[in-house]
Amino acid sequence: MKQSSTFRISVLVFGFAFLYIPILSLIVYSFNKSRLVTVWGGFSTQWYGRLLENRQILDAAWLSVKIAATNATGAVILGTLAGLALARFGKFRGRTLLSGMTTAPLVMPEVITGLSLLMLFVVMESAFGWPAGRGFTTITIAHMTLTLAYVTVIVQSRLSSLDDSLEEAAMDLGARPAKIFFVITLPIIAPALVSGWLLAFTISLDDLVIASFVSGPGASTLPMVIFSKVRLGVSPDINALATIIVLLVTLGVIAAGIFLARQEKRRQRDMQMAAAAK
Amino acid sequence: MNARAEAPRRHRHSAGVQLILDFLNRLPPYRWTQARLVRWGITGRTLATAIPYFWLLLFFLVPFIIVLKISFSEARIGIPPYQPLLSWLDGNVAQINVQLKNFANLILDSLYWRAYLNSIKVAAISTVLCLLIGYPMAYAIARAQSTWRHILLMMVILPFWTSFLLRVYAWIGILKNNGLINNFLMWTGLIDEPIVMLQTDFAIYVGIVYSYLPFMILPLYSNLEKMDLTLLEAAADLGARPFKTFLTITLPLSLPGIIAGSMLVFIPAVGEFVIPELLGPSDSLMIGKVLWQVFFTKRDWPAACAVAIALLLLLVIPIVMLQRAQAADARGAHR
Repeated sequence: MKQSSTFRISVLVFGFAFLYIPILSLIVYSFNKSRLVTVWGGFSTQWYGRLLENRQILDAAWLSVKIAATNATGAVILGTLAGLALARFGKFRGRTLLSGMTTAPLVMPEVITGLSLLMLFVVMESAFGWPAGRGFTTITIAHMTLTLAYVTVIVQSRLSSLDDSLEEAAMDLGARPAKIFFVITLPIIAPALVSGWLLAFTISLDDLVIASFVSGPGASTLPMVIFSKVRLGVSPDINALATIIVLLVTLGVIAAGIFLARQEKRRQRDMQMAAAAK
Repeated sequence: MNARAEAPRRHRHSAGVQLILDFLNRLPPYRWTQARLVRWGITGRTLATAIPYFWLLLFFLVPFIIVLKISFSEARIGIPPYQPLLSWLDGNVAQINVQLKNFANLILDSLYWRAYLNSIKVAAISTVLCLLIGYPMAYAIARAQSTWRHILLMMVILPFWTSFLLRVYAWIGILKNNGLINNFLMWTGLIDEPIVMLQTDFAIYVGIVYSYLPFMILPLYSNLEKMDLTLLEAAADLGARPFKTFLTITLPLSLPGIIAGSMLVFIPAVGEFVIPELLGPSDSLMIGKVLWQVFFTKRDWPAACAVAIALLLLLVIPIVMLQRAQAADARGAHR
């Protein structure tokens, strides 16, 4: 027993070292004075200053944030509907196809998704004149198609882990379906929606390949700018940017984690009280 | 009594929602639309299914049909840069122009099929490496104390939330000739000359295993965590050694998790573009990179579409396997 727990601990230590050392090295070298990223030349925050002066990166970051927020909101709406349909509506015609279409984008190589969506946009533009040009709209649509699959999976698994007795009780008491959805289902799946929104937001903020295919001249997202810089080798201001992103994401994930844990606790307490009142 | 004291607060909450619904009900367009929809037999349920359905048909399924169509056409210089399949010759004589050239090229031009084979090899080896690292980690997390379990799981997920591109970029700084590893090894005096690691196949494997490890750990964890531990106790009581118990009970039971995790790594790894582009040799033959180059550098849309269709056909079997494994896992959860 003792031996096996030593083994398990060392597995975890090595595994997490593998996962975290690259991220830590990015952060450490962002404070490096030297231009040569991996040769330590003393502590400095100059690269952060440079970053704030770089209009190209700031513009790209702002465009990416706008796309990510729009995408996440749209993906949560569509993904909730799809998750609801898959988890609660029983068997309906075309259910298998819907379930397939919400799983496939998760694993589809990005080059295929990007290429095929671009072809669609080109054909649509020549046939209907919409979407005119490529940029914000086309990238957002492409990202929504990808991320709504993630939201669907999260919402669906949340719904199927909870029994539908509350919804049934409301139905027995004569509530209409729309009301049941807004008053009962939505509050129950709220935590799933929060994590779905965050996931959709970060995936969109992070995507290089699909955005490169479906974007047009003049619309460069943050990953596209980073990629064009990184292709030429390491550069310290990218390290500074990475540190800021890692910091924001960590804070966001921890805040969301605390919020979700509280929600879950409150829900369990409410359920217990409801059971006690019976 | 306690529940009663809570009641007003909860009622106020639902009253807010009620207010919105009441407001909507009073709006003439809302009532009109509702009446119309009901008359046509369209319920909220149909609508809730139809909206995402329509979206996915239009933006996920239809694009593949268009890609398939373009893959049979011929490249030309113009907008769009491919010949239409169907063209009208003076008046009403239709000419159908189907080209199989793009698919023939996939076989005739060794660049393509070598890239396919190499991508499968790289993805398969990376998947096995992910499994070898991910399985013990998932196992250790699943058997940890429950307070630790959430923290460890969070730590697996956290890198997945931070930028993939930047995490791949981090490896450039670690693997390059005057990077972290070489500097460390030279400082210890183990080597005199830096080992070339960046822009090799080794770097591609490191990049893929590193980026996709969470995808392997999560399904394995969720499988191992819900495993019935009494089975293991029974085996131990009957005198089986831990290793034998693992081989005959834990491993077979975790097979759906292994398949799901492996497919989640293998499928996207086959078409990976960023990792071979940033970490691999400039002439590395990965099909995602070839597709990218055919499209962006050679600007041959029909050829790129043919590459995509062939890649898709290659991935149909793994994708079906993934769906089956996930369905089996879901059934196991409800048992």
